[in-house]
Amino acid sequence: MSQSYDRGLVEDFGRWREFSAGMWAWVFHKFTGWVLVGYLFTHIAVLSTATISAEAYTQTIVGLESLLVIRFLEVGLLAVAVFHILNGLRLLFVDLGVGLEAQDKSFYASLALTGAIVVASVPTFLAGAV
Amino acid sequence: MADYYSSFEPKGTRWLLQRLTAAFLVVVLAFHFMLLHFVNHAAEVTFMQTNLRMSQPGYFLTMVAFLVTATFHGVNGVYNALVNQGLDGTPKTVVKYGLILASVLLVAQGIRVAMAMAGFIIGPAA
Repeated sequence: MSQSYDRGLVEDFGRWREFSAGMWAWVFHKFTGWVLVGYLFTHIAVLSTATISAEAYTQTIVGLESLLVIRFLEVGLLAVAVFHILNGLRLLFVDLGVGLEAQDKSFYASLALTGAIVVASVPTFLAGAV
Repeated sequence: MADYYSSFEPKGTRWLLQRLTAAFLVVVLAFHFMLLHFVNHAAEVTFMQTNLRMSQPGYFLTMVAFLVTATFHGVNGVYNALVNQGLDGTPKTVVKYGLILASVLLVAQGIRVAMAMAGFIIGPAA
């Protein structure tokens, strides 16, 4: 038997000081989702240079990757993607009714693991940057 | 809190598809990042390497499935977020069809790009 409880409006961001772990997870999942869908459109736009010529494609990728700001943005994208994946797994388990009593702990674990993976990946992402 | 809680009950096709695409995307997005940032460094990507990968039918089909599922999951997520924020009436209908149009265009362009990468179609300047 499922049962809901009054969590108040998460959309009312003025209440952020009262937010519980689950509400922060909701906010972060929405934010990272918006970033990822925005990136999807941008990604296809950049890769569309492949329809012009092989040279245009290679030069565009190499040119973008030679910019330090792009490397940092890629680290940010990794952070966003890893959190969305880990929290998404958490949500799938919650949807299946598994581990709901530990949903706050699994949110903290998602955050910690995201931080660890991102920090460990920084050298790889910045390697060879101008 | 309830002793037992599960939201895994029928809530419509879009609800189920959002979860099914999520399960697929968790695996493929992680694979995509691993392959193009850790196995192959993004800065060293060339058309030749991309062409080599996209010429493999399994990889090509996986990437097209990745495009379609990511588009559905992302755009449906945006729509759900806007409805959750109170989008209703005519604006809701306009946004719905606007997002459907954007999705169709993105998937069509994405498949065109995938075909070019695989060498099925040659660009005008190639």
